[in-house]
Amino acid sequence: MKPKRSLLNKNRTHLMMIIPIVILFFVFNTLPLIIGAFYSLTNYRGYGSFDFVGGRNYLDLLTDTRVWNSYLFTFKYAIVGTILVNVISLLLALALNSRIKFKSTLRGIYFIPNILGGLIVGYIFSFIFTYIIPAVGQTFNIPWIQDSILADENLAWIGVLIVGVWQAVAMNTIIYISGLQTIPADVYEASKIDGAGTWCTFRKITLPMLMPFISINLVLSTKNMLMVFDQIMSLTKGGPAQSTESISYLIYRNGMDGGQFGFQSANAVVFFILIVTISVIQMRMTNKKEEQL
Amino acid sequence: MRRLGKKQHTNWFLTIVLILGCLTVLFPLYMTVIIAFKNPSEMTNDVAGALSLPSSWSFDNFAEAMRVTNFWSALANSLVITGVTIVLSILIHSIAGYVIGRNMRRKKGYRFLYFYIVSGMFVPFAILMMPLVKETAVIGLANPVGVILLYLVFYMPINVMLYSGYLKNIPLAMEEAAEIDGASSWKTYWKVIFPMMKPMHATVAVLTALGTWNDVMTPLVIMSGSENTTLPLAQLNFQTQFGTNYNLAFASYLLALIPILIFYVICQKQIIGGVANGAVKG
Repeated sequence: MKPKRSLLNKNRTHLMMIIPIVILFFVFNTLPLIIGAFYSLTNYRGYGSFDFVGGRNYLDLLTDTRVWNSYLFTFKYAIVGTILVNVISLLLALALNSRIKFKSTLRGIYFIPNILGGLIVGYIFSFIFTYIIPAVGQTFNIPWIQDSILADENLAWIGVLIVGVWQAVAMNTIIYISGLQTIPADVYEASKIDGAGTWCTFRKITLPMLMPFISINLVLSTKNMLMVFDQIMSLTKGGPAQSTESISYLIYRNGMDGGQFGFQSANAVVFFILIVTISVIQMRMTNKKEEQL
Repeated sequence: MRRLGKKQHTNWFLTIVLILGCLTVLFPLYMTVIIAFKNPSEMTNDVAGALSLPSSWSFDNFAEAMRVTNFWSALANSLVITGVTIVLSILIHSIAGYVIGRNMRRKKGYRFLYFYIVSGMFVPFAILMMPLVKETAVIGLANPVGVILLYLVFYMPINVMLYSGYLKNIPLAMEEAAEIDGASSWKTYWKVIFPMMKPMHATVAVLTALGTWNDVMTPLVIMSGSENTTLPLAQLNFQTQFGTNYNLAFASYLLALIPILIFYVICQKQIIGGVANGAVKG
């Protein structure tokens, strides 16, 4: 009977170990999610009394131009950003993985942007965009960079994009490098013997074998870029003319101080559903690609 | 290649391109350093003046920045929040990863728990932010302790996933042997399993450290009422006091960047390894 009792004991110990952790997770993750969903059905301003308004916040979201603009900006930023980040970091990883000198020093330097905080990096770039680049433009008489791009309603998002890409490339490059290292050298040798050129080798061997890593990177960078906040805070504060207001920033701005607790909660619920949907679709798509190979 | 008797030759062209490319990374850092050391009177509008080295390397800006932003207090907060979060993450998340990982193959409940916690990865902070501010205020956690608890929850999904994934490398026989010897499962965990998960502890420490050290949003919304700041939060809070004194501001930014840069120089290998490991396993 002894083994049975010890098994029971083991099960009980495991339960005692996991229950407090699950409670902690529930209290600070699931509970606020439920509270948020609850407030999204009210006209709560963040203080005072409130009434139930049913789905009205959700209907209002559809006609709110500021909300639409924030979605347009965020998606434009995330789509262009994800493509740029993945193209640049794949090229960089290929270069850093080839027969070069100072390999580990170079890898070390290219990784630096990833360890720096987005807020401070934003402040530094803000200065470069506002003073250095226009100064270069004036000295060498290049008209299109004489004004700060952050002050231009149509171009400010590119400034935010440059900073976002600058930081995100570092992380994705490291992941691509570790992906490249999983490809055995004899596969390359075989393709060389078969007379495959560089481009052919890349398309037929490197790319397919990197698929799992491309999938990780796509999901990671899309998710991170959709949640952009720090850089907005330090570069533009959503301006000029709300042209760089990201979804997270709008929820923070108007939900916390703007008296739109209920309305922005509805916005946050929609945002959450979108992120889950996009991540699931991306993983499905890249998984299929992997299976085909 | 060796078999053919040819020596592998270095690709100098790529090496040079990559070295030049480093400028994109180093230029903003170079600007930060020189502006932090300059006097406001040295800030000119022409390119040569903007890029030149400061006329003297004075630390006055740094002393002033430390005073204005209450640097030591912000640094202490950042160190405590990040340090405690790392230690507790390793202790708590490894237990969760172990218990869930060992039981999820046989028990539906644990399988559900696994997906329940891991799916927390997709919950953006934006949706939790407003309710969390209310919640933490009500239970008196609008302070660094509250921030640490929140980090423990935010990093739980990825860390549980990493730990329970790593557990597959540790044979069940290890703990069965200890249990036959009469050790309780609590003791078995700490004596046998916990030490064996050491490589994963390093990965978890690096990922959690980078995330919490640089995070602005959580302390911003949770601790906004209190005197406490963290290093990044102090930059945001004192932005108005820097005014147009960019030299003071940049001295402050540089001070805020130095701790993580030092940490990076010392443990570069572990950090890069940890990040790569975390992403690939996750």
